[in-house]
Amino acid sequence: MNQFQYVRPTKPQAAIDAVAKDANAKFIAGGTNLVDLMKRGVMTPQKLVDINRLPLAKIERQGNTLRLGALALNSAVANDAQVRERHPLLSLALNAGASPQLRNMATVGGNMLQRTRCTYFYDLSMPCNKRQPGTGCGALEGINRMHAIFGFSDKCIAVHPSDMSVALVALDATVLVSGPKGNRQLAFADFHRLPGDTPERDSNLEPGELITAVDVPDSPFTKHVHYQKVRERASYAFALLSVAAALDLDGNTIKAARLAMGGVAHKPWRLTAAEQVLVGKPATEDTFRQAATVAMQGAKAFKHNAYKLRLAPNTIVQALKTAAAV
Amino acid sequence: MKTLDKQIGAPMNRVDGHQKVTGAAKYSAEYELPGMSYGVLVGSTIAKGRIAHIDTKAAVGAPGVLAVITHLNSPQVPGFKPTGKDPSQPQTVGGPLKIFHDDKVRFNDQPIALVVADTFERARYAARLVMAHYTQETHQTNMAAGAKDAFLPTSAQKNPKSPMADYQRGQADAYKTAALKIEQEYVIPTEMHHPMEMQAITAHWEAPDRLTIYDKTQGTIGTRRDFAKEWNLPEANVQVIATFVGGAFGNALHSWPHESAAIIGAKVVGRPVKLMLTREQMFTQVGYRPYTWQKVGMSATADGKITAITHESIGQTSTYEEFTESTLAQTRMMYQSPNLTTRYRIAALDVGTPIWMRGPGEATGAFALESAMDEMAYLLKLDPLEFRLRNYTDQDPEKNRPWSTKFLKECYRAGAERIGWTKRKLEPGALRDGDWLVGYGMGVGTFGAHRGAAHVSAQLLPNGTVVLQCATTDIGPGTGTAMTQIAADTLGLPPEKIRFELGNSGFPQSGSQGGSSTVNTVGQAVQDACMALKDKLRELAAAGAPAFASAKKEDVALANGYLTLGSNAATRVPYADLLKQPGAALVNVESKPTGNDGQLYSMYSFSVHFAEVRVHALTGEVRVSKLVSCADAGTIINQKTAANQMKGGAVGGIGMALMEHAIIDDRYGRYVTKDFADYHVPVHADAPAVEVYFVNQPDLHVNALGTKGIGEIATIGVAPAIANAIFNATGKRVRELPITPDKLV
Ligand SMILES: Cc1cc2nc3c(=O)[nH]c(=O)nc-3n(C[C@H](O)[C@H](O)[C@H](O)COP(=O)(O)OP(=O)(O)OC[C@H]3O[C@@H](n4cnc5c(N)ncnc54)[C@H](O)[C@@H]3O)c2cc1C
Repeated sequence: MNQFQYVRPTKPQAAIDAVAKDANAKFIAGGTNLVDLMKRGVMTPQKLVDINRLPLAKIERQGNTLRLGALALNSAVANDAQVRERHPLLSLALNAGASPQLRNMATVGGNMLQRTRCTYFYDLSMPCNKRQPGTGCGALEGINRMHAIFGFSDKCIAVHPSDMSVALVALDATVLVSGPKGNRQLAFADFHRLPGDTPERDSNLEPGELITAVDVPDSPFTKHVHYQKVRERASYAFALLSVAAALDLDGNTIKAARLAMGGVAHKPWRLTAAEQVLVGKPATEDTFRQAATVAMQGAKAFKHNAYKLRLAPNTIVQALKTAAAV
Repeated sequence: MKTLDKQIGAPMNRVDGHQKVTGAAKYSAEYELPGMSYGVLVGSTIAKGRIAHIDTKAAVGAPGVLAVITHLNSPQVPGFKPTGKDPSQPQTVGGPLKIFHDDKVRFNDQPIALVVADTFERARYAARLVMAHYTQETHQTNMAAGAKDAFLPTSAQKNPKSPMADYQRGQADAYKTAALKIEQEYVIPTEMHHPMEMQAITAHWEAPDRLTIYDKTQGTIGTRRDFAKEWNLPEANVQVIATFVGGAFGNALHSWPHESAAIIGAKVVGRPVKLMLTREQMFTQVGYRPYTWQKVGMSATADGKITAITHESIGQTSTYEEFTESTLAQTRMMYQSPNLTTRYRIAALDVGTPIWMRGPGEATGAFALESAMDEMAYLLKLDPLEFRLRNYTDQDPEKNRPWSTKFLKECYRAGAERIGWTKRKLEPGALRDGDWLVGYGMGVGTFGAHRGAAHVSAQLLPNGTVVLQCATTDIGPGTGTAMTQIAADTLGLPPEKIRFELGNSGFPQSGSQGGSSTVNTVGQAVQDACMALKDKLRELAAAGAPAFASAKKEDVALANGYLTLGSNAATRVPYADLLKQPGAALVNVESKPTGNDGQLYSMYSFSVHFAEVRVHALTGEVRVSKLVSCADAGTIINQKTAANQMKGGAVGGIGMALMEHAIIDDRYGRYVTKDFADYHVPVHADAPAVEVYFVNQPDLHVNALGTKGIGEIATIGVAPAIANAIFNATGKRVRELPITPDKLV
């Protein structure tokens, strides 16, 4: 690991200033991703701004939304009574991620900004445009079993690994940020980016901007929800792919639906067109299959991930079946 | 007099359990020595070529750095003179990599520099500053391509009787002309041992010609021999200490470059060097189960008698060292087939050398053989258990001689009953539990019941404790515990009065812990040493108590500070009388097989594994919901640790079947699986409660204890049991491991 400076401000503004003024500075929250990357030399910040003393860990209601402080722990959010009651999908997604030990360290903001697990990103001796722009994409013609089927570019085919974010994009959350130029809000769906020509940028945060909270609006999706994560072992593995499904049912008729996928794109992948297919239809396997077919439009596979073209629609169907309990 | 409980067979807790769970047990990276320094290895980033230039200036100048060692400045290691073949590696040709010896790169992440610093963190930092430039050559890491140049191992070329040589009984490839036949190819990928404890060594030159190493090894004597030779030292000048080994599964059966590096480093800096591999380096530096391609052809009569089997295999090895393993051994002896052909080849790739991994070649071979058995049974519309029974061998069809013991039928019966085999349907896809397809499968395993030679010393101390010593290691099976039980029964002492010391090359010599042979070998030596000690004590007692002179050693007992004779507790001599001469009550015994049982009988342990699996109909995820492992492993010394070995082996088999897969990007000849996020091993949630059954019948041809060995058969046959169960659940036959969801969806 390189040597670095370490500061631990207590006021958000001081933290923002520290990072805004120094291109080589980084916030550190739980450290479960950043420290790993530093040990491997993938990220080499010269200054760490520890934000754990900022008052951003609360989970509280604000009008019609539940506000999750950026420093709220993944375990705290997953087990929060209000989250479990009003947003059980979020709780399910969080508990499908990592391990209890990691969830006890990981934070909301850090989880959103965790970096891809693409093996080429991690190996300094291999090309990776995300790690080192201009070196090429190792995965494009390499081992790409885990990689994207949507929204990739020829510069990068990595996927975003977060489970939590899949639920949050489905639940129409909003990200609150504070930066050198003041406060602003981003729709969760607009927070992460597609790789395009700048895969080195994972999100639309500007330099120095600090996530302060994520707002999750009240919704009817309190009952018929499911987070289906497909992985090679029963626990403690990143998703081959995952589906967040939420239904609002009137008898057997779907009044509203939310669907998103993880492990298929550079960002949590909201399936709006498929949601529309569901609305007004009976909650049957047939309906789910139709939605899955629409969801897969535009998907394209690489050498080793063609299975995702079969697995993704099946997983959508399975998630919806479980959500609807049919 | 209160009679002692018999210890052999009892589920005694581990003698070192408390030390292990409290952290008191010391592993090789945990020794602190004055002046300790820390080594970190720098690996190559190409798979083949030469180091054109290596820039160490920045690293040398970094804080705390004591030395940066490369091929340019490494001291001359006497044993690195080109000697060609390495006699210490009987099964291999060529030799281990000579670290820092030349500018050649033979595999990706080959160590090319060692940075030694005063702290680990400083060494790690400086290691990143070493910059190498290469003249690259075209490498080959792809097995499909490399297999085209596969060859008969040199050992078999030289000796047609070698187990690696082609084998034939009856007619060659007779299956080809049969009416009812199958012919299929099977692949197992490269798998990694990944014990919990990473390879580590602390090397200390106590004098210019005296070396002590605290090392992760499965054999203190073998390691001592390797490094004594490397440094041209008398063996007595090298001490290897491996009191605790945190698992190894075979990867500490070989001396590896990092060990040489630490010893070189300690020589250069004149201080002890501690070096522990990173998890990432565990993928490249310390061997693996080789990628293996196999083909099985099999024919049978309509009533289920196998008429012919041909089993061919190509395993991967490195370019500098020939590695071979017994992939085809089980095929030659398991089923009664009049015509049988095996052909074993190896392919040299630009990778590090493989090394035996639990259930070594047999586990690989059993995946193909036992899958093929299932395929053949299905073709015949026969229950696979019934098919195996119809081809059961009552004597060894390879060597045409009786088995020493074989209770495999008893294992079949017990396992079938426990798994609920009658629930199995012949046609796949017939059982369902909600969204999950349910299936049942079985797989058989076998491994030679090997016994070698071992020395053990036994000494009675004035406090009544008997101390036994042997250089053997304990990589986790509970060796110290089993030995304590054997000694306790033989001496008639409670286990608290026994201390078994191991893991030190200074102790009486034994072979490495491997090949399921430790209890067979060292266990018997312990029993023999205890008997010899009794005899010695009897002799000592005779001086003062003539009744002992003509007594039999069997009748002598130790109790409460006295040596007693038979049931007559009155004839007794206090220990103090026996211990008047220092060192008198000490014996040192060599124990090895005598007689010709080894020529008259074929000696094997047998196992059968039954699996119940659930496969998700839509996502292709597989869960092993039940696993029953039954073993004919001779006498069970400790029901608890033996069952624990079986369970661990079974979980290893789950990994092999469902997830373990080391992947190389052939463009770079470099692993893309470098950590446990990419390379999966089972977690608790993947492992059902494994039910274990032991026949527990002694095999007195192996040794007087009747043990046959457990470690390997615990894994051999598990992967095919699961693969066969998946076929039974889904109708999909996956012939390339691991069976991940992408192959089933
Ligand atoms: C072994 C392992 C398994 C895992 N498995 C899973 C899994 O299955 N599913 C899953 O979703 N995740 C998984 N993870 C990832 C884990 O969820 C993330 O590491 C964790 O959520 C990151 O949170 P953190 O607070 O530790 O972030 P840190 O490591 O502290 O930070 C990560 C990044 O976020 C930035 N950052 C943090 N907070 C803020 C903020 N408030 N404002 C702006 N920037 C900020 C940091 O600068 C840094 O760049 C796994 C991790 C490990 C190590």
